[in-house]
Amino acid sequence: MTVLVLADHDNKALGAATLNAVTAATELGGDVHVLVAGNGCAAVADEAAKVAGVAKVLLAEDAMYADALAENMAALIVSLADSYDVILAAATTSGKNILPRVAALLDVAQISEIVEVVSPDTFVRPIYAGNAMATVQSSDAKKVITVRSTNFAAAAATGGSASVEAASAAADTGLSTFVGAELSKSERPELTSAKIVISGGRGMQSGDNFHLLEKVADKLGAAVGASRAAVDAGFVPNDYQVGQTGKVVAPQLYIAVGISGAIQHLAGMKDSKVIVAINKDEEAPIFQVADYGLVADLFKALPELDEALG
Amino acid sequence: MKVLVAVKRVVDYNVKIRVKADKTGVDLANVKMSMNPFDEIAVEEGLRLREAGVATEVVAMSVGPQAAQETLRTALAMGADRGILVKTDETVEPLGVAKLMKAVAEEEKPDLIIVGKQAIDDDSNQTGQMLAALLGWSQGTFASEVNLDGGTAKVTREVDGGLQTIELKMPAVVTTDLRLNEPRYASLPNIMKAKKKPIDEKTPEDLGVDISPRLKTLKVEEPAKREAGVRVESVAELVDKLKNEAGVI
Repeated sequence: MTVLVLADHDNKALGAATLNAVTAATELGGDVHVLVAGNGCAAVADEAAKVAGVAKVLLAEDAMYADALAENMAALIVSLADSYDVILAAATTSGKNILPRVAALLDVAQISEIVEVVSPDTFVRPIYAGNAMATVQSSDAKKVITVRSTNFAAAAATGGSASVEAASAAADTGLSTFVGAELSKSERPELTSAKIVISGGRGMQSGDNFHLLEKVADKLGAAVGASRAAVDAGFVPNDYQVGQTGKVVAPQLYIAVGISGAIQHLAGMKDSKVIVAINKDEEAPIFQVADYGLVADLFKALPELDEALG
Repeated sequence: MKVLVAVKRVVDYNVKIRVKADKTGVDLANVKMSMNPFDEIAVEEGLRLREAGVATEVVAMSVGPQAAQETLRTALAMGADRGILVKTDETVEPLGVAKLMKAVAEEEKPDLIIVGKQAIDDDSNQTGQMLAALLGWSQGTFASEVNLDGGTAKVTREVDGGLQTIELKMPAVVTTDLRLNEPRYASLPNIMKAKKKPIDEKTPEDLGVDISPRLKTLKVEEPAKREAGVRVESVAELVDKLKNEAGVI
């Protein structure tokens, strides 16, 4: 069996979630190949070749792959698919955009956001926002799978010595073009790969008050997140959102501040190793999943926390 | 210009679901069902395009049992012009839904198809992308803004790390993210009016589509429960526990 892992990257560096996807691919058994498709991204291919467990890296460089637009990326993957039994990607927004298109072109089902490999054709995936776990068996000869990266350990970034081979570009579909991107610039770690995450909810009362969280985040080397309520209230941008419809995180430490703990939010953080909740409402559901709960006014607790961390 | 939107009947988002004791699935008996929230956003976006004079007709379709007609009536009460129900009692996977939608699209010839990015029951997040692939159309997934101009659609997408804007050749498939719009509520007069709007019924056989499932659900279980931990009295105690007990800072 040979598995093709679609690398997530920005043409400069390999996205962290790809390392988790490689682990999931390794659990399926067989050889693991990684496809790096982009433009001017040879450094990413070299990085992928060093990942432990990777046997081969395919590098497809063309201007039309620079922004990973789904139509051309899917056409490329389908052109390579004959040699593979499984095509797999991390369930990033890019993986979720491209892989269902690949699956449909191959006339197979996609198995979305698996959290466990039971056997090469059987997987566990969350449904109903993680309130139920379904074990599903695929009858398709070729399988297309996305992986919830927080449920698989990251493969070692070094130790491998895979060969890098050029893959030819597929025909340009000409269906879509890239116009622009507005990416949040932050010195803090990326939300989905941070070891510590501190999130604020509606209790923060305003976007300005998030600086109280940011001060603590900087002392801890943490990423800053938010609940859907805080995003909907306009306190912080959309990409801060942790939850069923936002990002799924599983850091070593998750600190929820002024977050009540709606099911929607819990679905995005309940696999964190240690959960801390700070909320003035002692009945808040977040306390039911927190390892350490502090009933306190966050406007007093956050400055105290900042102080205590020196 | 014609817009086709798809709506799915799902367990209402406020319902706390229960897994069946025999692990065969989720208990749907006597549970409140509603339109998938992302699909409400899709309907709303179609209606706004019609109200802006860009679209001339909004057609809503659904795939599901007879009861899915209620979900279509909701779309009609919001303002969609007519409905199409592809009736089946089988569980249809996203690939099957995409094939049924393709067959309907070939009859209806819409210029734009809008669907929710995922349904809140199976959380697959596949149908729109699959439909675009089968039709050979462009796709704008996780849209937070859609602007149509001549033969193109400019779509702003919510991606990891921020926003991405792309231009799609029409016809196109767009999937909605949460912040594309705020769906309207259907007014009582519009609910009454919707009862008279036509809903055309078809079956997968009529459309010549094979919807046999590719996945077999072996079991459905409750997720592992997290136990509530301890309450701390002060920030100092919290920091001490995180340092010395949990060892995470």
